[in-house]
Amino acid sequence: MSRLRWLLGAPSRWWSRSLSIRVVTTSVTAALVVFGVTGWLLVTDSSRGILEAKTRQSVSEASAVLTSMQSGLRDTDLRTSTVNERLTELARDAANRGNVGNQYEIVISGPVSDITSAGLSVTSVPESIREAVLTASQDLYTTPTLIVFTDGRTSKPGLVVAGALLASGSGRYPVYFVFGMGQEQQTLAVVKQSALVAAAVFVPLITGIMYVISLQALRPIRAAREASERIAAGNLDERMTVSGTDDLAGLGRAMNHMADELGRKIQQLENLSLVQRQFVSDVSHELRTPLTTVRMAADVLHDARDDFDPVTARASELLHRELGRFESLLTELLEISRFDAGAAELQIDEVDMAELVTTEVRAQDALADSYGTTLLLDVPADARIRADPRRVRRIISNLVSNAIEHGEGNDVLVRVKADDDAVAVTVRDHGVGFSAAQAHQLFQRFWRADPSRQRTVGGSGLGLSIALEDAQLHGGWLNAWGRPGGGAQFRLTLPIAPGEPLSTSPLAAVPEDVGGPWQRS
Amino acid sequence: MSPMTAGRILVVDDDAALAEMLQIVLEASGFDASWVGRGDEALAEFRRSKPDLVLLDLMLPGRDGVDVCRDLRAESDVPIVMLTAKSDTLDVVAGLEAGADDYVAKPFKTQELLARVKTRLRRNARPDEDPSTLRIGDIVIDVDAHTVHRGSEPISLTPLEFELLLALARKPRQAFTRELLLQEVWGYRHPGDTRLVNVHVQRLRSKIEADPERPEIIVTVRGIGYRAGTPAAP
Repeated sequence: MSRLRWLLGAPSRWWSRSLSIRVVTTSVTAALVVFGVTGWLLVTDSSRGILEAKTRQSVSEASAVLTSMQSGLRDTDLRTSTVNERLTELARDAANRGNVGNQYEIVISGPVSDITSAGLSVTSVPESIREAVLTASQDLYTTPTLIVFTDGRTSKPGLVVAGALLASGSGRYPVYFVFGMGQEQQTLAVVKQSALVAAAVFVPLITGIMYVISLQALRPIRAAREASERIAAGNLDERMTVSGTDDLAGLGRAMNHMADELGRKIQQLENLSLVQRQFVSDVSHELRTPLTTVRMAADVLHDARDDFDPVTARASELLHRELGRFESLLTELLEISRFDAGAAELQIDEVDMAELVTTEVRAQDALADSYGTTLLLDVPADARIRADPRRVRRIISNLVSNAIEHGEGNDVLVRVKADDDAVAVTVRDHGVGFSAAQAHQLFQRFWRADPSRQRTVGGSGLGLSIALEDAQLHGGWLNAWGRPGGGAQFRLTLPIAPGEPLSTSPLAAVPEDVGGPWQRS
Repeated sequence: MSPMTAGRILVVDDDAALAEMLQIVLEASGFDASWVGRGDEALAEFRRSKPDLVLLDLMLPGRDGVDVCRDLRAESDVPIVMLTAKSDTLDVVAGLEAGADDYVAKPFKTQELLARVKTRLRRNARPDEDPSTLRIGDIVIDVDAHTVHRGSEPISLTPLEFELLLALARKPRQAFTRELLLQEVWGYRHPGDTRLVNVHVQRLRSKIEADPERPEIIVTVRGIGYRAGTPAAP
């Protein structure tokens, strides 16, 4: 059924797809219409003209013959013959004259019966004209007719010219001259045939010409389209060959100009990216060494703080802690910078998500204790994928620490589920949550839910941004669900190998227990 | 008579401040520390001071750190720990393949560095239940003497390589994950870079296997890690 629909739809598809088909079809249709109308007019006019000429000719002929017949009838010596005999004689004379050149046959309605030319059937005279003659309102009447013969000749179309003979004393006798139209018919047929032949020649010719014209017009357009496609495919050096100064040449020139500008812009951006990458690399190296020295010095002071007076001891504590923060911030900034420059690379290895998640969650036990939070795990026996373990660890660590920090002491549940194509990890907390408006902002850089919150974990606001980038680098997803006062759930979905297409996740982003907050049991 | 030290350590780094800080920290932990600031002077200083461990920065003037590592490894089995500023690039792998045993990424926590150093210098305490010789395939490991033979031919391994082989040989039927090997051989408590394991297994195989393309001594277990091969009939 759909096959049939596809077939039926084919013409409309061709129509919309091909400019040349549209041009050709439109012009051929127009040509056909024009030619059809013209031809019809031609044939109609010709027919009418021929018919009128024939009628005039026939009427004048009939009139002349009728006049001579009338005078012949007047001269009749009624002593020697009856009206009927005289009429028959006249008819014969007129018929003989009429047979010269096959111009007409004759029928006379005599007192006794119809007198006809040899071989002519009286049905050749239609009733309509017999009646008309009887009204005697004018001298001559005409009507077309079909001439029927009794001697085996084929019927042919003709013209009847009717008049009347007056015999003194005995009445009015209608006379019908039956003119054949054979020759006229032939002429008309020739005209019609010529018209058709001309059409048969004209239409294909027009189609061909229009097709050639359309190709000519379309060639530059097609060339422009092909050049654009090649450029879009990455071949940035493609240009159209342009000749002439008309609109099409203008199109070509404009296209080439656009390609030049695009190429230049792309080059600029690539250079910029290179510069940025180099910068990241240089900064990374330059900063790390002095930072290491400072860090070590701070560690030494921190280890010896018991030997200091309270003020100095406190100073060394703050120094130690804030240097740790500084280091994390620097690392995160450099990571983000690498993502921005497109320089982030995956170091892929076989990863057991069940084991990785368990390890990362357990690593946060101390933090959870300090908040009075219970960490719950629901992981399968194993869930192996190919991924970058360092990045995945970072994501999980960030999600878990966020959950503990914002969880308000309520349970945090971490669940892992795998299917054939992907592995999903959800981290559910029952704390502050967030509103729908905040859902978009969560992953933005340096965004914090509540700037006045005491930050013990020492985050920079970049954690989720980096987590999102890390997830996307694998071709995976990171989704957030939250409700004010109802907690939040973050879901990480990773394909079994980076770059494998992801269509569904083994776990839902919206938690099952959407309802009241859990209380610590 | 020189005082008992925990060991002698050579620091090869071009940053004077960092080198000084390292020496302070190492000496506070009971080590003897010396320093050289250029790659092309490293080998000479190594020969002169004969350290028990080398801390080697990869970015050095005069001669590249990876090349210095190769030079040192060619001469000695001394443990080499790289100090890297770039933790996730090819430099780490290049250094490991040139013979380094471990690496520490800057900036590092002092405790972390010291822990790595101590692990590498650890005199292997043999649990009593260890047999004095172990066999894998046609290899004989003399645990006390730290030697490995194939038949009568000795095979020379660095201390790290020896420990790696030993860890596998002690439990011949067990498949070790890379994380487990990192813990046992390198002393990592937290998950680390499993590339360390991959590179060193390759190095070990290239030395110890009759045909490194078809390993029989150290067998890969797909999806898990590595396992010691079965001992041949004695």
